[in-house]
Amino acid sequence: MSAAFVSRDYSLVGPEAEKAVAAGLASAKWYSPPITRPELKELMRRDDGPAIRDTLIWFAALIVSGGLGFWLWGSWAAVPFFLVYGVLYGSASDSRWHECGHRTAFKTKWMNDAVYQIACFMILREPEIWRWSHTRHHTDTVIVGRDPEIITPRPPDVLSLFLNIFSLKNAVIFFRKVFLHAAGWLTEEETTFVPASERPKVYRTARIYLAIYALVIAACIYFRSIVPAMLVGLPSLYGAWLQLYFGCTQHLGLAEDVLDHRLNSRTVYMNPIFRFLYWNMNYHVEHHLFPLIPYHALPKLHAAIKADCPEPYPSTIAAYREIIPALARQLKDPTYYVRRELPEAARPAPFGLAPAKT
Amino acid sequence: MSETWIDAGAADRISLEDVAPFEHQGRQYALFRTADDRYFATDGLCTHEQVELADGFVSGTIIECPMHNGQFDFTTGEAKGAPACVNLATYPVKVEGGRLLVKLD
Repeated sequence: MSAAFVSRDYSLVGPEAEKAVAAGLASAKWYSPPITRPELKELMRRDDGPAIRDTLIWFAALIVSGGLGFWLWGSWAAVPFFLVYGVLYGSASDSRWHECGHRTAFKTKWMNDAVYQIACFMILREPEIWRWSHTRHHTDTVIVGRDPEIITPRPPDVLSLFLNIFSLKNAVIFFRKVFLHAAGWLTEEETTFVPASERPKVYRTARIYLAIYALVIAACIYFRSIVPAMLVGLPSLYGAWLQLYFGCTQHLGLAEDVLDHRLNSRTVYMNPIFRFLYWNMNYHVEHHLFPLIPYHALPKLHAAIKADCPEPYPSTIAAYREIIPALARQLKDPTYYVRRELPEAARPAPFGLAPAKT
Repeated sequence: MSETWIDAGAADRISLEDVAPFEHQGRQYALFRTADDRYFATDGLCTHEQVELADGFVSGTIIECPMHNGQFDFTTGEAKGAPACVNLATYPVKVEGGRLLVKLD
């Protein structure tokens, strides 16, 4: 490890939070690519159709895979169905949580809110807490001391990343917080981004979550079977691996503390099945640049601003060819990061990018 | 308190169901035109994190903040969706001779 490196505090209530504010990195103005208002207006246009179609397919696939898994329980034939059910429940819910949290997936507000609530439960994210946490993530994307959604610090917390293949660390944190919230408390960090007016909702939701989990446990005891938990609760763990696989491509290994999403986010091309499961969040640079644009319009936005953005990654494998060596190097040198190159035609990054570490 | 109608430019510079910025004496405002050709004016910055609403998305009588998707009814200023929790100030608007006039306190 670099002798000069001083470990940074990634919490939202430590010295890095104060430094970020002092450096003008908190709630700052971010780079925005050139795009005309009529183009943007057309891209922002909402439509219920794609999300209704995709949600019906998602629910149908959950019912069929879960139903067949239940039907075949006790034989090995149930395994593939639970694998599919788990991914649909514990991973596809990540993008549904995300898009409906932004209220861009559907045109109709109640549809966004309904799917958001369901997806939050599946992905182990309390809806009010994570709405505000994600708000901060968009204000201060990968700004140390400000962004509550940085997936791992530098040097990387490899153990936590491995545990979260099955969302084990996330689940421990989630349940600890659910109990805390159900008792009418927030963590100190949460008080920095959840307004007082929203806190009663946090406490109420936590109590509802605990009631649902108590019902699932009661059903398992009553039926003397783990099947109820295999259908509600445990898929958040055994099906979480794909959301981690997708999620790590968003920002991991890239620059911290830069006010340009082209430099701290990745756009990765994915196959149609992945894009269905991930609701186009692979266009992550574009999403951060224009969070109002619905997932189904992101490919068009990508085409519109491509000349102003770094080269997208051709596949998730290609992204991991960069991410894994970057994390390995950060274990020894936490100051290292992957510097994204902007095309010659692109407008330059206007705000202080730290010197390249190559 | 004096009340002044301020010329905010040509009314047709705002397309139907859209928003445009307007600055007066160093303060930002947002001007709205509905799909049925009515005009409204509010403060220009989101009450959540001071982001310019003129870069946002208009649907019906709702303006969504471009950064965090907070929602306001721009006809009343009422905050309609988190993270927007505090209402926007609104201002009377009229169109005269093709010009958009806003009454600012």
